[in-house]
Amino acid sequence: MSPKQMKCIIRSITPVGSYLHMVLDAPEIDEVAPGHFAAVSVGGVGGGMLLRRAFSIHKSTPGDSLDIIFAPHGQGTQWLATQSAGDEIDIIAPLGKPFVLPRQPIACVIVAGGYGAAPMELLARELRGRGCRVDVVLGAATQEKLFGVLDLKGVADSVIVTTDDGTSGVRGRVTDVLADLIQKNNSQAVYACGPMAMLQAVAHVAQDNGAFSQCAVEESMACGIGVCMTCVLPVIGDDGVTRMARSCVDGPVFRGDRVRWDDVHTVPSDAFGAPRPGGH
Amino acid sequence: MNVDLSTSLGSLQLSAPTLTASGCAAAGKELSQFGDVSTLGAVVTKSIMLEPRSGRATPRMAETPSGMLNSIGLQGPGIESFLENDLAWLRANNVTTIVSIAGNNVEEFGELARILAKVEGVDGLEVNISCPNVESRGQVFACNPISAAQVIETVRSVWHSDAPVLAKLSPDVTDIVEIAHSVAEAGVDGVSMINTLLGMVIDVDKMKPLLGGRTGGLSGPAIRPVAVRAIYQVHAALPHLPILGMGGIRTGHDALEFIAAGASAVSIGTVVFGDPGAPWRIANELGLELQSRGYNSLSEVIGLAHQN
Repeated sequence: MSPKQMKCIIRSITPVGSYLHMVLDAPEIDEVAPGHFAAVSVGGVGGGMLLRRAFSIHKSTPGDSLDIIFAPHGQGTQWLATQSAGDEIDIIAPLGKPFVLPRQPIACVIVAGGYGAAPMELLARELRGRGCRVDVVLGAATQEKLFGVLDLKGVADSVIVTTDDGTSGVRGRVTDVLADLIQKNNSQAVYACGPMAMLQAVAHVAQDNGAFSQCAVEESMACGIGVCMTCVLPVIGDDGVTRMARSCVDGPVFRGDRVRWDDVHTVPSDAFGAPRPGGH
Repeated sequence: MNVDLSTSLGSLQLSAPTLTASGCAAAGKELSQFGDVSTLGAVVTKSIMLEPRSGRATPRMAETPSGMLNSIGLQGPGIESFLENDLAWLRANNVTTIVSIAGNNVEEFGELARILAKVEGVDGLEVNISCPNVESRGQVFACNPISAAQVIETVRSVWHSDAPVLAKLSPDVTDIVEIAHSVAEAGVDGVSMINTLLGMVIDVDKMKPLLGGRTGGLSGPAIRPVAVRAIYQVHAALPHLPILGMGGIRTGHDALEFIAAGASAVSIGTVVFGDPGAPWRIANELGLELQSRGYNSLSEVIGLAHQN
């Protein structure tokens, strides 16, 4: 499942709430696992934006197509939003380490914030296919920033929606309902994708309630393929040592209990190779 | 295509004119998913230090017009792990390898060179005396002709190998020719130029520098004319000193500018982040650019812009 650099024709681009759903012809795409991401060139050949934008893969059919969901909030994604069916874009996919799936048919909870829900329908199908119970919590600031509610209702055993402003579902945050859900169903694994603050809160709730968590993190990347060392965060390894791990190739999915959430954006003093007093 | 693209850097013969740029291709393994790295001129590794190094806090990157700032801060595994894992992989895959080294002081450069002189599979040494992402400007040895020469003399004194020693130079100096003269006298076999330019982006919502390291190195096509100018100046002053050129090369046309200014070969850096196939594509494009202008070889074009 090695990544390929591909020229893809846009099959369709459709607004979904605050987001855009892009379907690409991808005759060269291999099997995609939930949590894999795609890195998309923006700005056109010879343009001023050199770096790709990374999006988790919403769904994919090997040898045929690949779907991404994006929010046009920056210069690069705004350019992407101006593209139309028939236009060609350059993508690299599949990238990253996907969610680790359980061997046993355990009860799982999927938690997503905003378009962090993009890879979750694929994940829910995989989990259900393994006989797992799947409960879903989808949160967003407001109703139009929710994604995938109907699709996930079609797959999951239950779906709870939360919004900060109460425009849909329960007013509040995903973590307000998570502990009860884990307790009620004796869930053993929590899968999460969304903003870093949400992931940190979800990882803590999971741990406090005896569940494993797998979190797909969001860090700004330059290359997406593991060569630039831009997208690092402090993660504890199997040997107990904290390293500045690359979210693109060591992640984007990490065990929630291994990420040092409070230390993200810093280099902890006990990290491997951290600066020593009196110089590096 | 019947254009001869082979070239050399001192005693090192290169079968292809494009190399990776230090810090932009790790140690080649990740890039091998997108092409056969043994067919590149060489892989120039990310600068390795004696000890493991975590690098700087994030954010480490800011995209800028036709470029980017980085403040990685030389994150790496240290020389021991590098030899065991990275160099072993490069050797096993028959990759021409130029090892980039960085030290906190002159002695560390010497120690790294002493270690690397004893191992197989090192086809060249690039001495990174110009990384801007360090705590003190005093550590940017390439900003001062005396400290630049001290590093090179120390490396040279322990480098009992035919493989060329290149000094990587910073454009953030008043007169890059003076630095080039200084390292040439200290015994380098060539120079790599240019490293990134020191820059800054301010986050005006948080009202502070955006990068965790505050300042960062500017790279990409935005700095290309600076690189071409620096190479032109150094080649004019030291026409026999081989130059490995880098700085925002994106196409074969760009690479041809560098060759015409005086570079014998080019490293492909930041553009790889967006286009991992770029080192192979650019070599191919360079051949076509030469062919369309009626040249039979790359070597006949090196420094040609100085004749007109």
